[in-house]
Amino acid sequence: MVWVDAAVQGVLLGGLYALFATGLSLIFGVMRLVNLAHGDFSILAAFVAVVTVQTLDVNPLTALVVVVPIMGTVGYGLQRLALNRLLGRGILPAVLVTFGLSIVIQNGLLEIFSADSRRLNPGGIETASVPLGGGLAVGAFPLLTFALAVVLLIALQLVIGRSPIGRAFRAASDDGATAALMGIDTGRLYGLAMALSLAIVAVAGVFLGIRTTFTFSSGPDRLLFAFEAVIIGGLGSLWGTLAGGVILGVAQTVGARLSPGWGVLTGHLVFLAVLLLRPSGLFARSRRVD
Amino acid sequence: MTLLGVQNLSAFYGDFQALFDVSLGVTEGQTVAVIGANGAGKTTFLRAVAGALPVARGAVTLAGRAVGGEPAHALVEQGIVLVPEGRKIFPSLSVEENLQVGAYRKRRGPWTVERVYRLFPALAARRHQPGTNLSGGEQQMLAIGRGLMANPRLLLVDEISLGLAPVVVKALYDVLASVKHEGTTLIVVEQDVSQVLAVAEHVYCFRKGAVALEGEPARLTREQISAAYFGA
Repeated sequence: MVWVDAAVQGVLLGGLYALFATGLSLIFGVMRLVNLAHGDFSILAAFVAVVTVQTLDVNPLTALVVVVPIMGTVGYGLQRLALNRLLGRGILPAVLVTFGLSIVIQNGLLEIFSADSRRLNPGGIETASVPLGGGLAVGAFPLLTFALAVVLLIALQLVIGRSPIGRAFRAASDDGATAALMGIDTGRLYGLAMALSLAIVAVAGVFLGIRTTFTFSSGPDRLLFAFEAVIIGGLGSLWGTLAGGVILGVAQTVGARLSPGWGVLTGHLVFLAVLLLRPSGLFARSRRVD
Repeated sequence: MTLLGVQNLSAFYGDFQALFDVSLGVTEGQTVAVIGANGAGKTTFLRAVAGALPVARGAVTLAGRAVGGEPAHALVEQGIVLVPEGRKIFPSLSVEENLQVGAYRKRRGPWTVERVYRLFPALAARRHQPGTNLSGGEQQMLAIGRGLMANPRLLLVDEISLGLAPVVVKALYDVLASVKHEGTTLIVVEQDVSQVLAVAEHVYCFRKGAVALEGEPARLTREQISAAYFGA
């Protein structure tokens, strides 16, 4: 029963990891851009939520109404003013710039908010639990996180699969120059992709801040888990990303049950095993390599 | 009325100059052929007109308005649409989605997915397959259909018959005739000279990045074309 419990907790934790990974996967898919500041943006969003909660005196979940548009706007501006200039020159320039951005965000947060660890308090839901019978119970909040991750992924899948903007994302992902010949303003489209990416990771950051404490330097760990979830699941597949998050989450909670210090380690080991055995990920959509 | 005006158009790839002061005019509703040997600047010319290459502001006018140097997506909005060399079908999109993405700008006009399917019944049968599953000829049909979905005033078609069987080429030219019938102005780049001269009202022969010969096909002799094509 201990192991079933660990697995269930891991699945729910995987929902949170999937939220972190989705935005990362989306922008890599659309414009082959690796955003090393992705984790720091989630922490930035959590701090924006801290400020919103203090100034407006609202619940952190309500604060999402403010935080998500702010982070979306930051993403759009960042892409249009800076990152669009780096596209088409290989993967390295964007890696370097976002690496620098990561340092700027961390030190900016340290300067403004000090090194104290913070937590967002949603007023009770974080400690509530839902009994599953047989002595098992799951936290109401992890359950909410997982449900939200699934809903967001379904919505994103529908947007990408069915809507004109989703078709434009896929067309630009295949061939940006030809997409422009179809009338697609790729600069604006990439801005929207980054806005969407940071809006999703803002949700992830706020949920992280409710689940656990965070400091100015919590971002890089989140980035690492997000990368692992994406690679376990396979690039280009949103459901793969959810599965990757779940596998990573289960590996970590089961590992932590073996010995409290092993959680992160077993997660890394499972990730390395997948990388060795199936480098393209477990659920990669087969696509042309270019 | 002159739909497309080109005045002293020069274009570069880095330091390499590919077009030298090209000037020409295309009347609305006309079908124009651009012929010439490999490397004569035909594709560069189309790409420059379509906004895929940087050019001077006044070098390209559309219905009297200077549009040179505007980005490709803005020119699609105004009705200049390029069917690129090599088809460039989007592999992640189905046949139907490739057509739909052509209508991204939602310009008004006669072309819809259903009308394109009537024009190319072969595409309708395979509408849910990935675009790159089609044969070369079908991919060219899809590329032309995708261009039509933008409801262009001026449709530029690059290397329409390259690598295709003669029977497919003939079918594609039949289709161009019905496109012309809708009042769309056409510029067709072609290496297969005899085919395109049969449908074009005006022909430009490019050599070394400049216009070497122009005129109505009926008034040009084979010798003149041959001399302009290969250099005297």
